Amino acid sequence: MSATTAADHAPHHEPPPFDRTTIQIVPRAGLPFAAAAVVGLIVAIATNSFWAIDFFHVVGGGAWTTLDLFLGFVLGPIIGRMSIPARVEFSARFMPKLVLLIPTLVTMTLGSGFQLAHNLGYLDSAYPRHGWVVASFIVVGIMAVIAIGYLEPANIAVLYELKKPQPDGELIAKLMKRFLYTAGITGAMQIATLVIMTRLAT
Amino acid sequence: MRPAEIKRPPIWECGVAALVTVVISVIYLAAYIPHTPNTILPIVLLALGTALIVAQLVLIGSLDNFARRDFHTVSGYALAAYIVIGGMIEYVFVKNHTRGIELGLLTWGLALFVIDVPLILSFSVARYQAAS
Repeated sequence: MSATTAADHAPHHEPPPFDRTTIQIVPRAGLPFAAAAVVGLIVAIATNSFWAIDFFHVVGGGAWTTLDLFLGFVLGPIIGRMSIPARVEFSARFMPKLVLLIPTLVTMTLGSGFQLAHNLGYLDSAYPRHGWVVASFIVVGIMAVIAIGYLEPANIAVLYELKKPQPDGELIAKLMKRFLYTAGITGAMQIATLVIMTRLAT
Repeated sequence: MRPAEIKRPPIWECGVAALVTVVISVIYLAAYIPHTPNTILPIVLLALGTALIVAQLVLIGSLDNFARRDFHTVSGYALAAYIVIGGMIEYVFVKNHTRGIELGLLTWGLALFVIDVPLILSFSVARYQAAS
């Protein structure tokens, strides 16, 4: 005689099938949060509040670095091993968030970082560790070229394709591979950023 | 033939090369703050970047069988977003009393950045779409 549990008798409420053609490439619900972050950053810089500028740099930089590392080394390999339908559904739900989140975090981090470096005298070429500051410019510059040239176009092109009733699976696979490789490269470069920032702070 | 299989001129390559020239010139200028470095290198790089963006626009204008509506949709939204980002960076430069030739060159670089990124994004999307 087999044992039954309450869960076996519970009614199954299957969620409705996911309609990926209705996804928003830029999620409108997130726009007020992104706008609030940008306005907050402008106020922080305009008032030259040391705490607020430091807050935006630490929060923005911490979230950006963690997201890149997590995407490149944890989530990326998992997505790469998912079945095609699972990968499509996950990407259609997840990638629109990145379209809004990453540029907002990058703007927060770089805007406040430049102001913070200026206030602390790190931008002055006479500063003894100025070489580390220039190294951070170079790392960010390389990451910007990779992110803007490869990662972001692949992200948006995949979302555009996913919205179609009959998407091109071969194209999505090719672009997703590019997206995951470049996410891994920017994740690795974030380790260099961590080394530079901790060198400057100690 | 699928849109992805159509051979396109090096528009994306021009966009990324222009981005590299802008990034190098801005890093070079920022590395010398508050002093004025020799401006020949950034002027040459920014002129090259400008030429590459003009080449992109000419090549995009000459394309046949290209999804122009999708190109304009993506470039419009991307331009709006990058005007905000570029404006934010310009504000930080001005706030920090960057003046004279440095401000002029940094603004030139930012303007190229704001135009170039939407072109890269919108071409990268439209090249895979069927022409309407």
